[in-house]
Amino acid sequence: MPEPILNIDRLDAYYGDFQALYGVEMTVQEGEVLAIIGSNGAGKSTLLRSISGLMDNDADQIRYRSEPIGRLRADQIAKKGIALVPEGRQLFPSLSVEENLVIGGQVGRKGPWSLDKVFKLFPVLEERRSVASTSLSGGQQQMVAISRALMSNPDLILFDEISLGLAPVIIKSIYDALPGIVGEGMSAVIVEQDITKALSVSSRVYCLQEGRVSLTGLSDAVSREEISRAYFGVEQ
Amino acid sequence: MDWLNALIQGILLGGLYALFAAGLSLIFGVMRLVNIAHGDLIVLAAYMGLTTTIVLGVHPFVAMLLVIPAMALFGYVLQRGILNQTLGDDLLPPLLVTFGLSVIIQNALLEVYTADPQKMDAGALETASVSVGGLSLGILPLMTFGIAVVIIAGLQFIFYRTALGRAFRAVSDNQDIAQLMGLNRRHVFGLAMALALAVTAIAGILLGIRTSFDPSIGGGRLIFGFEAVIIGGLGNLWGTLAGGVILGAAQTLGAKIDPGWQLLAGHIVFLFILAIRPNGLFPRISG
Repeated sequence: MPEPILNIDRLDAYYGDFQALYGVEMTVQEGEVLAIIGSNGAGKSTLLRSISGLMDNDADQIRYRSEPIGRLRADQIAKKGIALVPEGRQLFPSLSVEENLVIGGQVGRKGPWSLDKVFKLFPVLEERRSVASTSLSGGQQQMVAISRALMSNPDLILFDEISLGLAPVIIKSIYDALPGIVGEGMSAVIVEQDITKALSVSSRVYCLQEGRVSLTGLSDAVSREEISRAYFGVEQ
Repeated sequence: MDWLNALIQGILLGGLYALFAAGLSLIFGVMRLVNIAHGDLIVLAAYMGLTTTIVLGVHPFVAMLLVIPAMALFGYVLQRGILNQTLGDDLLPPLLVTFGLSVIIQNALLEVYTADPQKMDAGALETASVSVGGLSLGILPLMTFGIAVVIIAGLQFIFYRTALGRAFRAVSDNQDIAQLMGLNRRHVFGLAMALALAVTAIAGILLGIRTSFDPSIGGGRLIFGFEAVIIGGLGNLWGTLAGGVILGAAQTLGAKIDPGWQLLAGHIVFLFILAIRPNGLFPRISG
């Protein structure tokens, strides 16, 4: 088996006294799409925040291309090639659409993604490039959030609940764009509430329950029963 | 004619107040830090200018070329070394620390320069004037106002047209997400403080040419700066210039009614505007 791009080893995470993750083990292989599912409060977002450097961890708990990155700051991790599309989009309200994208590219990594290329992926953003990011619809804002992460030309992109609060037709158009994104050889981790969606776009799936990994497997091999047991923690 | 004269002198004075306020406004806008030591930093810059003019025997405007980078460097080191440690969810620690800094700067200046009032010598420039339509306008106040307009326009340009300004706005919006964009907020904050103190250096030297100064006057300059920022509306640099102009005009018109009313008139106008427009006349606009 090739060396995984990301290796998470016995990761614990805390918010003050509250422990959100307990000994999470996870690997992401080069070029794969990994899905993380789990109920609210299971620790999915905390896991992505840990990977991207927004939480304090021990150095060895997270390794990226064999290098311990658990102690690095988020800006240092971004420069190494990990990008996060945060939950709730979190665009910069003081910046225009184009500025939101350009600031993503400011990380200074070379690669296929540029302003022109994201405008090809989401043409509506080019039409609205100079408006304030707050004046976009939710779906368009999500496109900006995804494009902003792509602009840094990451090797690993983390999507946190990209379909949350969006209309089904918008969700479909965003997921339709996904193969074009990860087709560039990028690895992706997708946190998703919609289990069917998560399984259909990923090759492997992890289920979190109360801060622990409760199930891992190939996305097309895990059964409904296994998932509901791992998701809710009860026998049905 | 006397009234018109007082009004125009006040407007020109407002340029200086806008320079006092610009650094304050920039720091608050980028990192939500209320810098109580701002007035004392203005006075510090004036003393640095004084020393430079005396030691090197140069004109105060030449001294600026040294004092600006020195203050900018001081700002960056101060931010990275001390002030970054105080920033967080709580607004109180930066208030207390900058208050302490204010006391330290005042006492250090007192120790080095004594309490005697000092003044920088700008030669003939101090008394030169032009006559416009029967009014006699001082060259120095005109230059001060012109410098203020150029500085505000420059800051506006940096904020809305450059990568540095984009970083300032992004960090101000959301520190965590800005960090994800590869921006180290501690460094960005350092740069913001450096820029703010570079402006403060200009303000301090212009102050030191205009009037005499001693180590204790920082507090008063801080108040003028605050008032200009609040009148204009937080986070709007052109508003800050307008705030400075309104404050300056109120003071000179007040002094025209009765010399004892100069400061009082400024404070009254400030309170009046705060009462009717709590967010200032021109609250934050996005570029």
